[in-house]
Parts: sequence; C-alpha cells; structure tokens
Amino acid sequence: MLIFEHSRPGRRAWAQAPQQADMDAADDLPQELLRDDLPALPEVSEMQVVRHYTRLSQKNFSIDTQFYPLGSCTMKYNPRACNTLAMLPGFLARHPLAPASAGQGTLTCLFELQEMLKEVTGMQAVSLAPAAGAQGEFAGVAMIRAYHDARGDTERTEILVPDAAHGTNPATATMCGYKVREIPTDEVGDVDFEALRKAVGSHTAGIMLTNPSTLGVFERRIKEIAGIVHDAGGLLYYDGANLNAILGKVRPGDMGFDVIHMNLHKTFSTPHGGGGPGAGPVGVSARLEPFLPIPLVGYDGDEYHWVTERERPQSIGRLSAFMGNAGVLMRAYIYARMLGREGMNRVAEYATLNANYLMKRLENAGFDLAFPTRRATHEFIVTLKRQKQQQNITAMDFAKRLLDFGFHAPTTYFPLLVPECLLIEPTETESREELDGFVEAMIKILEEAEQTPDLLREAPHTQPVRRLDEVRAARELDLRWVAGG
Amino acid sequence: MPFIPHTEQDVQDMLEVIGASDIEQLFDEIPANLRSRKLEAVPDAMSEQEISRLMRARAAQDGQPLCFIGAGAYEHHIPAAVWEITTRGEFYSAYTPYQAEASQGTLQLIYEFQSMMTALMGMEVSNASLYDGASALAEAMLMAVRANRKSKSRRILVPSNVHPAYRKTARTIVNNQGIEDLVLPYDESGGHVTLDSLAQYEGEDIAALVISQPNFFGVLEEVDALTDWAHANGALVIAVVNPIAMALLKPPGRWGAEGADIVVGEGQPLGIPLSSGGPYFGFMCTKQAHVRQMPGRIVGRTVDRDGRVGYTLTLQAREQHIRRSKATSNICTNQGLMVTAATIHMAMVGAEGLRRVALTSHARTRKLVEQISGEHLGPRFNRPYFHEVVLTSSLPLKRLLRPLYAQNLQPGYVLNDDYPELGEALLVCATETKSDADLDFYRDHLARAIAAQTAAGCPVKPTMA
Repeated sequence: MLIFEHSRPGRRAWAQAPQQADMDAADDLPQELLRDDLPALPEVSEMQVVRHYTRLSQKNFSIDTQFYPLGSCTMKYNPRACNTLAMLPGFLARHPLAPASAGQGTLTCLFELQEMLKEVTGMQAVSLAPAAGAQGEFAGVAMIRAYHDARGDTERTEILVPDAAHGTNPATATMCGYKVREIPTDEVGDVDFEALRKAVGSHTAGIMLTNPSTLGVFERRIKEIAGIVHDAGGLLYYDGANLNAILGKVRPGDMGFDVIHMNLHKTFSTPHGGGGPGAGPVGVSARLEPFLPIPLVGYDGDEYHWVTERERPQSIGRLSAFMGNAGVLMRAYIYARMLGREGMNRVAEYATLNANYLMKRLENAGFDLAFPTRRATHEFIVTLKRQKQQQNITAMDFAKRLLDFGFHAPTTYFPLLVPECLLIEPTETESREELDGFVEAMIKILEEAEQTPDLLREAPHTQPVRRLDEVRAARELDLRWVAGG
Repeated sequence: MPFIPHTEQDVQDMLEVIGASDIEQLFDEIPANLRSRKLEAVPDAMSEQEISRLMRARAAQDGQPLCFIGAGAYEHHIPAAVWEITTRGEFYSAYTPYQAEASQGTLQLIYEFQSMMTALMGMEVSNASLYDGASALAEAMLMAVRANRKSKSRRILVPSNVHPAYRKTARTIVNNQGIEDLVLPYDESGGHVTLDSLAQYEGEDIAALVISQPNFFGVLEEVDALTDWAHANGALVIAVVNPIAMALLKPPGRWGAEGADIVVGEGQPLGIPLSSGGPYFGFMCTKQAHVRQMPGRIVGRTVDRDGRVGYTLTLQAREQHIRRSKATSNICTNQGLMVTAATIHMAMVGAEGLRRVALTSHARTRKLVEQISGEHLGPRFNRPYFHEVVLTSSLPLKRLLRPLYAQNLQPGYVLNDDYPELGEALLVCATETKSDADLDFYRDHLARAIAAQTAAGCPVKPTMA
C-alpha cells in the first residue's frame, strides 16, 4: 500500500507545521506567480507515517540484517558510532557558508581526513570535494585533461579502459570529452600486455585501472604498465573501488598512479544508504596538485580554512554548491580514527583471509572458479557456465535462490567478460560462521539445481514479491502515483 | 581488533583450509618492492569512548549559532521521526536496490518520492536524485543539449542571478563537452531577468534557458514570459527552484503556455540538516517525452509472476552500468538516504504544512527586513521576493558585522566577492525557525554595531533607497 492510499482529506501531522500562517503573509506577491492549489501530497497522521515507513524498511535486505557478499561493493559493517557522532547537533547546525572560524571542529576533522587519506594512498595531495565515486572519477579525468591542456598538449584524445572496468570508467571518459579505447584481458585476468603496448601512443591521455581489478586479482605487472603509459606521455588513473583489498599493504602512489579516487562508502565504511550518499575523494601526484577540485581544507598553523579558486587558480573547479558530502566525510573520519594505523592494515588482511577461505571452500564444494590459478584478493569470481550448459541454470537463478536462504546475492553479470559469473566479496567484518552458512546454502542450491531446478528458476519464494516483470516496467512506464489513476 | 570478529582459532582453521601458513602469504602476488612501509601519519586507534569525547568537543567548537544565512541552504524544522526512521539499519545500511525482490522498501519509497516531487513541481516524471542542486543543474544542461531536437546548439543562457556556486559547478562539469554558458545580466533595479536582456538572442539557436525561482537574490522571476520566450525561440526551459517555495508559488510545470521542460534544485530544505553543505540531494523532474534523456536512477511500478504489485529500477539502458561510454551520465551512487529522509519529511509535513512553512518563512523575512532596514541598510531590489532579500549598506559590511558574530549570530551571506557591482551587499533569510525574540536580537545588535561604526567616524556614503 502506498502512503498516498492512507491519505484522507484534512488529516495532518499537526505537531509538524507552524500553527499560524495565512495567505496574508504573501500579500506582497503577485497573484500570477502563486500556486492556485496545493500539491497532491499525502494527508496522513504522524503515526501513519512512522508505521508506513517502518514497515517499508522491513522489506529491505541490509547489512544490519543480512550478509551481503556483493563483489566490488565492500558491504562491511557500518559502525553505529560513526552515525551518532557525525550527527551531533553542533555539526548538523553548521551552515555551509558560515565563516570558517565558526566551524573549526568540522574543518579540523576534514583536514585530518585529508592527511590520513594521503598517507594510505601514497599520494601528494587529496581533495574531499567529490560527492561519489563517479564524481571522483570525473574529477580525476578532468584533472588529466587540465594537465595536458596546461602544457599545450592537446592531441591526446583517448582514454584507455580495460574491458573488465566498471561502467563508470568509460562513461566518465566520455563526460570529459575523451574517446574510449578498450583493452582486453588475458586468460589469467591481467591486462593483455601486447594489446596495451599497441594501443598506447601520442594520442593517449591516460589509462583508467582498478587494481586489484574487478576480476578479483592483483595486476602483477602494474609497474611495467605505468612505465609504458608514462613513457608515451599519458597518465595513470586508479579507480579506488577495490582499495579495501590493499589498505595498508600497497599504495597506489607507490604503484605509479598519478590520480586516484576512493569510495569512502566502501573502504571507509560509510553507509550505502540504499544508493548513497557516498563520497569519492581524489588524491594526486605532485604534477596534478594545482588542478585539484575545490574546496580543499587548508591549515595556516593557526586556523583551518577553505581553499578556493583564489589560492588554486588552475583548479578544475567546483563539483557541488558547497562541500561535497561533508557528513559522509565525517563518518569516514570517525571510522579511520577508530581503526588507527594497525586497524588499516587489518582491513586488507582479514578481507583477504575471508575471501580466500570462501573461495577455497566453494572450490572444494564443486564450484568452478574463473581464475583457479590465482590468489583471491578481497573478492573472487565463481562461474556457473557449466551449470548453464548442463542444467540451464543461470547466475541470476542462483542469486535469486540465495535470497530465500537469507543471503543477499553476490554481484552477477559483472564483470561482463566472465560468463554466468558471481563476483563474491565477503569483507573483513563477517565471521567464519557466517561464511560457512553461506557455503552451506551454496551447496544446497547446487543440489537443488540438479534435483529440483524449478526451485531456482522460480526463486525467490520468500520475499515480499517474486521476480518482477521488468519488460513491462520499461514498456508501460508507471513512474508516479496519480490520484484516481 | 575493531569490527573484526576473528578469533585466533578461526584464523588458524581458515588458513589451514586455504593451505597458507600465515595471512601475509595471501599477498604473495603483490611484488615485494611495492609493499607499503608503516603508515606513519595515521594515528593510533581510538576506542568508541575516546572518539566520542573528541567528536563532542569538536561539535561544541562549531556551536549552534543563530543563523540568518540562506543562499542555497535553509534551516527548517525537521520532525524527529524523519531521521529516527531514516537511520534504521534497514534503510541506512542497505545497498542500491538492484536485487528488487530484496529491496522493495527502498524501491517503493523512491516511487513515492517520485510521486511527491512530480506533484510539487507539476511535472510528469522524476528521477531518484542527483548529488546536489548545483550538480543537478549541470546534468540538466547536458540533458537539455541531448533532448532539444529542434536545436543543434550547445549554447545555454544562464542568468547571473542563478546561484554563483551552481554556475561554477555547471561550468566544471559541462565545459569538457563543449557546452557553453552565455551569461545573462540581471535587471539593475529589479534583480530579475527581463525580456529586454533576451532580445539580443532572438532568432539565434540556443539549446536552453535557465530560470531560477526564486533567484539567488530571493527575487521572483516573471516565469511565464521567460518560458514562453524560450519556447518561441526553440529553446528548452531549465527551472532551478526551491522545493519549499513550490508549495506556495506556481510550479514549473505550469510556467507559460507549455511549462518548463526540465526542473532541478536543491532538496535540502525537505528535511535535510545544514551539516556544512552535505550530504544534500539534487532533484530532477522532466516531461514524459524526455524521460529517456534523463540521467540517474528511476523506479517503476510493475507486477511479479503472481500478478502482485512490485517496484523495480527501470529504463536502466540509459545508465553507465549497461551503456558504458554511451550512457546519459556517469552517475551511479546517488543520494538514496537523503531521499529517504525527504520522502518521510514530505509525508509528515504534507502539502498544507509545506505551504505554512513557506508562508511563515516569508513572513519572518519580511518582518526582519522591516526591523533592520534604516538609514544605513536597506533592500537593494524593488521586485517581489520569497523568504530571502539582498540588503545593501552604506557601511563596510565585514567590519560592521564583526560584533554580531561575537554574539553567536550569523547575520547573512556577504555578497561582495560574488557580486562586487552591488557594493556592500548582504543576503539575509529568516525561516519559520526564527522567533520574534531572534529577530529582535538581530535588530538590537545590528543597531548597536551601526551606532559604534558611525560614532567612530567611519566614512558614511549616501543612504540607500
């Protein structure tokens, strides 16, 4: 039932609006600019609202209620303290345009976060401005372009992107006015070296890489790749989607990357919130520092302040009206302080331990790995190509059946080059028992695939709805409730 | 080990299954010469108690001032239930609703959000949010160039009375695609865009005209005439609006004969705390005809195998994870949790409540302006405004206002850097959260400051109108 269907004319949440307000208050406004009706919002009581949205929440999977082995998404525990402390009234009440002197608490946290992110990535400078990973990518590629432009090097029209990359990579390159050239992957999951060598040239503005890649393996020849691209005058972009795998173990700056974005809603445990808000800070090597997006947080030895275009005339500019997703940055700061130096190391260690354990157990149970000769990083890929051929069971069927066992599905059909793939990332915050429970469910489903395959094809059976008619959703667009409609 | 559940026994057992001697061995594919040194600049771990103490001290440092700054972010009452429910783990820690069957809560909520936003804006379709108002304007400009079939132009008219940070953001994002913003001046006495300023573009190929209601100065635009001008000239209309204002003012879907084509804005006034500028959310609505050009996630209602109603992300063929380099935008993560809060907020406050908030805010601002205008300070523009006003002063503002800050009062946003041509100009806003006592406090301390400045023999320019 929609909230609109609880609506009755004249019903209100009376405590929530100013008591006295009449149209006289607007008697200075011309009639032709006023609205002559009220918008069709629901008319409901306070308790109806609370009950309705509480019930809706109960129709969701979430980290707080389920295991999410969702590859490339790093669905780790979101510590409650991060939320409680980021929502202290002093932080929430601060207007973005209030003077910096009246925001030293917030600015101190943001400055220290910049410093910590510099250290863990090995980059020269960090800007916290981008509001999400994709905006960080945009900032990164825009900086690459600004760097070449500033040198008068305008013949570079191409960005290289491996075929395993996230869709945001090629979409971002296009948004920055570049042509995209895809680089294939070799049979063990590394970038096809010869193809790369042939593609690189004087037209190459840069390459966008994820390392470990979305195939769940570490790109071993990264230094050589950096050499080839740098020798041709191009720059290296690091997509930080998988930073959780290497936190404290190896730094993108040391691998030779010139620019990196981080997804704080992955590695630094800020909530996914049902699709955001995220935060996508960017880090750069020295030669890109002048181009960083503003505002940054500066410190003059006495006070913290916003660094704007006045101090950074070559900046690619602003990405949002104020300061990106400041409240998300505060959560990441709190998380980073609670982990501390040693805790950063442990993130990669236990995420990798969990992934390798899960991979081994699934392999022992008869599942095919996409790259059986490789070490798992923080994630790995199971391919159900054999099951598809033998039983006509798809990765989608498997994923949907897992929901019935109380596990969120792994990432399916990504990366696109592995057929019928399940990209599995357990994260460091899951216990061994949880992983074992997941393995048991997978084994059970594998049995069902042979004995009662329709159980999979028709799954899920226990959720609020069964598989939805997506074709109808796209063809007969129903995108809003209309009274009497 | 914060947030890691493993016992020593677990680790040993797991390593045995893997066939590794220790955890370090699991990193053996990383070349040894790349391995990190110790992370010196990261401090030691803090317990929850320690970090709580630190953060409380820092929050106290930021204080809770009496704030009369608007300029794109507005302090409004937020019902307690809004964030109580929004931060329930099932919303807070859920992933993007790609697995529809396990995400019906979030999906239905977004469908309700889309329904509320289209009702408020008088439009046909809404997406599930963008990052903020400024980046939403940038996306609208990119979309307008794609969607305007009548125009081959990549030029968009953007008045200089659109929020300065929005214009800067839009430039950062659209210029790499060869889209040019042509700056339209505002009327010197009204602060609004006039048809006269558009005359020079008559007959030229322009992809879109941006109209802000109210504009950055709080001034109301003649939206009907501007919209009709744009459509007569083959340009689309991009509206940038304050959502609270739309409970009182004519919504963009009804501007002129045909209505605005794309509507964007900052969703923050709908239940989102000020929080130093984010996270907020950008909203975007459009006409049905343009839905396939709209960026961002969209939720549709459909049925499941048993004919039960359900909700799912739809029209995903526009998006980066399907279309890659040919996508409408690179946006992936949006501002889901903020949309959750805004939806609950709108349901709770309702249309009548939003209108009361708008009216009361407007009334408060009118009263404030009346109280603080005088010999040395007064309204700059003569056109009608909504809940925000530019005041200009004969005294240097930064010096004049300093003692007010010392009273924990933030008197408004000084426009000298953004609009030097206005001279000493202050943008002030009082929402429904300000009481009579707050307004009196402002008046009294300002009067004191003015007296101090003028008595001190500061140069006094002729009084403003």
